[in-house]
Amino acid sequence: MTEMSKIDSRALLAQVTEFLWAEADLLDRKDYDVWLDLWQGTGFYTLPIGDTEDFANALNLCHDDAKMRRDRIVRFQQGFSISSAPPAQTVRTVSRIVIEKAEGDVITVRSAEHVVEDKFGRQRLWAANMTHTLIATDGGFRIRNKVVRLLNSDGMLNSFSYLF
Amino acid sequence: MSLDMPKFSDLDALYSPDAKVATSMYEDPELFKLEMDKIFRNTWVWVAHDSEFPEKGSFKLSHVGLEPVIVVRDRKGVIHVMLNRCRHRAATVCEVKKGKTSSFQCPYHGWGYGLDGSLRALPYPEQYGDDFNKEQHGLQRLRTESYQGMVFATFNEDAEPLVDFLGPEVCRYIDLFMKQGGGFPVKVLGEHQFSVPMNWKVQLENTTDAYHFPVVHKSFMQSLDGETEEIFRFLETGKGFVEDLGNGHSVMAMIPELIDLDENLDAPIPERFTELAQELRDEGYPEDQVKKIVRAVGGAGFNLNLFPNVSFSLAFFRVLTPVSVEKTDIRHIAIGMDGGPAAANQMRLRLHEHFQGPMGFGSPDDAEVWERVQRGTKGGETLPILVNRGIVDEVPGALGPRGHVSAETGMRAAYKMWKRMMSQ
Repeated sequence: MTEMSKIDSRALLAQVTEFLWAEADLLDRKDYDVWLDLWQGTGFYTLPIGDTEDFANALNLCHDDAKMRRDRIVRFQQGFSISSAPPAQTVRTVSRIVIEKAEGDVITVRSAEHVVEDKFGRQRLWAANMTHTLIATDGGFRIRNKVVRLLNSDGMLNSFSYLF
Repeated sequence: MSLDMPKFSDLDALYSPDAKVATSMYEDPELFKLEMDKIFRNTWVWVAHDSEFPEKGSFKLSHVGLEPVIVVRDRKGVIHVMLNRCRHRAATVCEVKKGKTSSFQCPYHGWGYGLDGSLRALPYPEQYGDDFNKEQHGLQRLRTESYQGMVFATFNEDAEPLVDFLGPEVCRYIDLFMKQGGGFPVKVLGEHQFSVPMNWKVQLENTTDAYHFPVVHKSFMQSLDGETEEIFRFLETGKGFVEDLGNGHSVMAMIPELIDLDENLDAPIPERFTELAQELRDEGYPEDQVKKIVRAVGGAGFNLNLFPNVSFSLAFFRVLTPVSVEKTDIRHIAIGMDGGPAAANQMRLRLHEHFQGPMGFGSPDDAEVWERVQRGTKGGETLPILVNRGIVDEVPGALGPRGHVSAETGMRAAYKMWKRMMSQ
């Protein structure tokens, strides 16, 4: 943050917040094609287990490159997956947004996410710490990497028919 | 002792000789309690793999039925499984899932136990009088035996030796399964855990159910390349089989050409593994080892299902832990090559993530249909659940009947054992 003045950082926080809220809205509305377009090709969408940073050599809940992200969305949309047809409905809140680093056009953002899912008349609550690595482009932010650490990622979970 | 409750005295009404399961088998909390006592306290239950607690003093928490246990390796390397319950006032003595220690100390009044469970010391022992015997107040120990690194425990001091309970055919298939170490020891790489609102027997059935695969896992199949999708069309090719291996165990061989991974090593490397093969060659592995490792990465061609709680499932271990009559915890344990090439283990991890666990392309659909079974059995109390598929053209195998790959032979094997244990 040392590079930025207070006014700059407030403006950036407002822009980043707007982006994360828009992403949350896309995910709750399951507007996945638009969500895929938010990504800048090379990075990973990762839900790790425990506190590892070495995702490649660890077992994760998911560790999706561009192809796996696309395949995952196809699976959700095609209607052959009984758990996603219909999927659980979700309402999520993203808050406690902290810009950890802003160097050039690369911004690292931490945030808190609460997701409530509803299916079979039953609601479940999930809490997670998220870290987005965003790229500032002329057309707005793009996601390079997104890491979602569920509070009990190494505990007993349920199956998920949506994204965090 | 016949069944303690008159309500369950007619076992044929619960599992009939023509392979029909009563609805109450998934639903009755009193029956569940009896099962925990007569099955899970009486037979060998899988608790851990060697590699999960590799060093002296390493431990992990596990369960035998409902009961929490600690699996630990002592200073001499001997494995102990003991109840996670202080002998004073019952508090758990350990709540760390996995780790390394020199002793276990109860947080309540400070009773301290050694790695073998023996009571070492307690504060102010004089208040118990002179005849207090520490030797009689160690953590409750279970009998512990292992085969090929798979550790089992039982409360039953009279249980037959583990290898006899497994039997020769199961041991043969375990040996074959472990070949997916590709010449290295098999090592646990991590686990997916998810809880499903279902009776434990719904899971027991599923590990030997090939019939559901093309239906429930259609979306997984469609995410595969053509060559791999072809392999998973095992119901159409029909070369596979299910065989009752005795004592409730069974094998479901979906891809018979991959039962023994050392055979046909000269077969061409499948398209999806060509990049990995090249990487291994570039790292200096000789061609015969490259072929062996690459073959191993894809896993074995069968599910070996052990009664009552573990399955060696193609390329991973699947463990069930009953929680209540309508709740079961599932673990999908990823395995790899201990000391093997990182690229090969990474591929195994990605393949595991692709299908298994809370966000896999397979498990969430499994969990959905298991829950649907539990929801469906709320209605039609008198309607039977059918596990008679394939009974018409079974042939004798080495130890029990062998049926079509989609036959429910393995479920019948498990229910036969269920009946035997429940009648004792």
